[in-house]
Amino acid sequence: MTAATPLTAGIRPNDEPLNLAEYEALGGYQALRTVLREMTPSEVNEKVKASGLRGRGGAGFPTGMKWSFVPKRNGDSGHRYLVANGDEMEPGTFKDRLLMEGNPHQLLEGVLIAAYAMEADYGYVFIRWAYRDAFLRLRRAAEVAREAGYIGRDVLGSGFDLEFHVHVSAGRYMCGEETALLTSLQGGRANPRAKPPFPPAVGLYGRPSVVQNIETLCNLPHIIRNGASWYRGLGRTEDAGTKLYGVSGKVRNPGIYELPIGTPIREIIEEHAGGMREGLTLRGFLPGGASTRFLLPEHLDLPMDFGHVEKAGSRLGTGTMIILDDQTCPVGMVHNMEHFFAQESCGWCTPCREGLPWVEKTLGALESGGGRNGDLEVLERHCTMLGPGYTFCALAPGAMEPLGSALGYFREDFEAHIKNGKCPWR
Amino acid sequence: MVLNSVELALFDHGLSQEQNPRSACVAAMKFIQDRRGWVNDEAMEWLSEKLNMSLSELESVATFYSLIFRKPVGKHVILMCDSVSCWIMGSESVGDHLRRRLGIKLGQTTPDQQFTWLSIPCLGACDLAPAMMVDEILCGPLTHELIDKILDACEEADSS
Repeated sequence: MTAATPLTAGIRPNDEPLNLAEYEALGGYQALRTVLREMTPSEVNEKVKASGLRGRGGAGFPTGMKWSFVPKRNGDSGHRYLVANGDEMEPGTFKDRLLMEGNPHQLLEGVLIAAYAMEADYGYVFIRWAYRDAFLRLRRAAEVAREAGYIGRDVLGSGFDLEFHVHVSAGRYMCGEETALLTSLQGGRANPRAKPPFPPAVGLYGRPSVVQNIETLCNLPHIIRNGASWYRGLGRTEDAGTKLYGVSGKVRNPGIYELPIGTPIREIIEEHAGGMREGLTLRGFLPGGASTRFLLPEHLDLPMDFGHVEKAGSRLGTGTMIILDDQTCPVGMVHNMEHFFAQESCGWCTPCREGLPWVEKTLGALESGGGRNGDLEVLERHCTMLGPGYTFCALAPGAMEPLGSALGYFREDFEAHIKNGKCPWR
Repeated sequence: MVLNSVELALFDHGLSQEQNPRSACVAAMKFIQDRRGWVNDEAMEWLSEKLNMSLSELESVATFYSLIFRKPVGKHVILMCDSVSCWIMGSESVGDHLRRRLGIKLGQTTPDQQFTWLSIPCLGACDLAPAMMVDEILCGPLTHELIDKILDACEEADSS
C-alpha cells in the first residue's frame, strides 16, 4: 500500500477501526516482520533518520536522532521504555484522536518498531481520559495483537520482548510535557523537571526512555515498508512525509486533512476546510495550536512546514490551525487561551504560577470594561518575563506566543477596549 | 468497606499488572470513582495504606488531576469544553443555555443530585465545536436545541 495518504488510508470515518485481519490484509505488521527478521536496531534508526521524519507533537525534533541519544545496551539488561504521548490537550488540536480511534493497530505497529529501534522492552501509550473511545479501541487492539504474537515475550519468534500498557490519565495539560508525563506515569503530580539529564538517558524509573507523539509513531510502519526516499518524496518542500493538518474556527468544513507536508496554508483552509463561512473574513490564525504565534492573511501563501512557518515568526506546532475571523474579538480569544494556560500551570515554578493568572485577570479586565492605561505594557512585560529561559518548561513561554503576537498584530483592538471602556464585540 | 469482595479481586488483579503500587495511584482512584462516583475520605485512607503512600501525598495527586472527584457529583456529569475553538464557535452561548436549563452555575450540582456541570480543557473535538461530554459520551456541535434533547434523554432514562 503506497497511498499518498498513508496515515489515514486505513481509516474509515465514522466506522469501526480495521480489525487485525483487515489491517494485515492492507499490509499491516509487514514492516514489523521486516524489522524483526532483517534489520538491526541501528539499521532501523538509520532508515528513519534518512527518511527525514521529524516529531509531529510540536517541537519537530528529528525522530532517528532522538533514538540515537539512548545509550547502547552493551549487556545492560534493565528496563527501557518507549512512551507514546497520547495526552493530546493542546487547545485546537484533534489529530491524534483520529489516529488512535481510526487505526489502533497502525499505532501499535509504530510503537513496536520504535521500541525495537531503541531496544526498549516496555511500551506505554499515555492517553487522556477524555479520549475514551480511543482507549477502548486501543486496548481491544492490543489484546488481539498480543494473542497473535505481536506483543509480549519473543515477538513473532524473534527473541524481541515487548511488554505493553495503556495508561489513562486523569486530565492535566502538563502531562503532555515529556518529563512531567514520566513523573505522572510513576504516580506523581505532573511537574516537569530540569533537563539534562534528558529522558533518553534518564527517564521513567531512572531508565532510558523515549517519549513520542502518536502521529510520529504512526509514520514508522510506512517508512519501513516503502523506504526513506519514498517518504522524503511525499513532502512538497524540503520537509518529508505527509502531515495531519487541522482547521477549526468559523470555516465551512472544520476537520483533519492528511496532505503532503508543505501544502500551502491557503490551499488547506480554502480547498480542504472549505474557506470561511458566509460573510466572514479571515483576520489571522494560529498555525499549530494555542501555543503558537498568530499569523496574518499575508502569510496564507506560505507552505505549511517547519521552516517556512518559523521564518514567518511562528511555529508549525501540531499543524492544527485555529482561525480568527473578523467578527470574533482577538482580545477575547487570547483571554480564553490565557485562562487555559493559567488553569493548567502546574505551579512548580513561580513565573508561570503567578504570572499567568495575572495575565488572565488583566485580559479579563479589558474584556469586561475595566482596562486601564498601562495594562498593555504590563502584558508586554509578562511576554518577556514568562518567556524562554525564565521557566522550567515550555508551558508559560508557549502561553506568551499568542499573547505577544496579538499585542503586535491586533494592537488597535486592545487599545479600543481601554479607550471605549468595553469590548467592542459585546 | 470501601470495595466489596468482587471489586477487591478486580482491584488487586489490576494492581498486580503495575510496576509498583504507587504508579497505580491514579488508576486506583479512578477505579473507585468509576464505581462510587467520587473518592471519599475513607477510600483515600484505605488507598494510602494499600498503595504505601502517605495520605497527604495521595491527596496531592488527587487534587492535581482535574478528573479525580473528591466531592460527590450528580448522576450525570457534564464536561463542557471551555477552550478556544469551542469559544469561537459559541460555547458561551450554549453555556448560558445550560445554566438556565439546569438552574445551576458552572461547577455546581443540581439540588436533586441529577446533574453536575464542569468545564474541561479542549476535548480534541474542535471539528464538533462547541462540544461537551455527557457521561463520557462526546456531544457536538452543540446548539440550544441539541442540549435540550440530550438533557431530556438523561431525564427520561432516569424516570423509566
